[in-house]
Amino acid sequence: MLNYLWGFMIVIGIVYAAFTGNLPAVTNAALDSSKEAVALCITMLGVMSLWVGLMRIAENCGIISGAARTLNPFLRFMFPSIPKGHKANEYISTNIIANVFGLGWAATPAGLKAMEEMGELNHHSKIASKDMCTFLILNVSSFQLIPVNMIAYRSQYGSANPAAILGPAMIATFFSTLAGVIFAKFMYALPENRTRNNLPPKGTFSGYSPGHADLPKKKKGGIFH
Amino acid sequence: MKILLFLSDAMIPLLIFSIVGYGLLNRHNVYDDFIKGAKDGFQTVIGIMPTLIGLMVGVGILRASGFLDLLSSALGIITEPLRFPAELVPVSIVKMFSSSAATGLVLDIFKEFGPDSYYGTITSIMMSCTETIFYTMSIYFMTAKVQKTRYTLAGALFTTLIGTIASVILAQFM
Repeated sequence: MLNYLWGFMIVIGIVYAAFTGNLPAVTNAALDSSKEAVALCITMLGVMSLWVGLMRIAENCGIISGAARTLNPFLRFMFPSIPKGHKANEYISTNIIANVFGLGWAATPAGLKAMEEMGELNHHSKIASKDMCTFLILNVSSFQLIPVNMIAYRSQYGSANPAAILGPAMIATFFSTLAGVIFAKFMYALPENRTRNNLPPKGTFSGYSPGHADLPKKKKGGIFH
Repeated sequence: MKILLFLSDAMIPLLIFSIVGYGLLNRHNVYDDFIKGAKDGFQTVIGIMPTLIGLMVGVGILRASGFLDLLSSALGIITEPLRFPAELVPVSIVKMFSSSAATGLVLDIFKEFGPDSYYGTITSIMMSCTETIFYTMSIYFMTAKVQKTRYTLAGALFTTLIGTIASVILAQFM
């Protein structure tokens, strides 16, 4: 994916520059950009080290796991069909909390474990369960409390107050997550047939099949490549 | 708006205070924990460095060639009536596919307009409240061996749309 995106960026850029006479600018841009990336990483080194260090303290003295436990009522609300005390709950809350604190490296493994557990509950069907859809929508709605990277980038590029976006970012995140919760709850409430009929007919992601039994066997691993 | 600014200003010191304070109360070796975590964070950045160099060079070339301007003005015809700046269209689309590629474009916007400009502010907020839809969906569903993702994509696009709208509106107040 990134292979083509990156490749085309370079190829198109150079071809277009050749036609518009911007080749000298391209030369400068290539050299300057690489230098800039390194300068940026040096700023990032400080911010990220500080942040991950603090998060490690929070993790080791039980703040993270404590917060995950308080999520239980929310989990009952969002994922009513996951049995109480099932392992999936644990992974989901770890994933959510890790996301809130911006611990991407902790969020993804927990999220993947949660998906495995939900797959189990879904009898390994090739069709996503509603819980899975909810979980994914929540994940994509992004509930990161503090956008550490963005603050670091802003300070590197001379922002007068790099953290000024914190408040607005939290509000925007609140709305996007709220939208995700409402959407997921709404789709959850629809009867099974109705939801299926609402699906757009084509596309790898939203492709729809009327039942579990007559799924086409082809398109192996065809989620996204 | 004052509350927003206060929230922004006080959030980080308050969080640091609570974490370190709580750790001390529980008689944890907070300094050791911090150093170990910092080492991890350090290595993470070193790890993404080559990626960042590659992508920033890619975006740099694309922008210097003038192609990004062409793309923006073409897309501007669609987004202008929606009050969404054409300059931000590429970054909002790329973000759905790759976080690191979007970062390249974000930095480009910061460089050209400044992080505190109107565009810079929208970008900062927008990037903070959206996620890489396609990447996340593909790895998560692949893990569960699911092929039919039903209404997930629709929901994902919906939350992204709401986040983007909120970013544009909130940036007006900054």
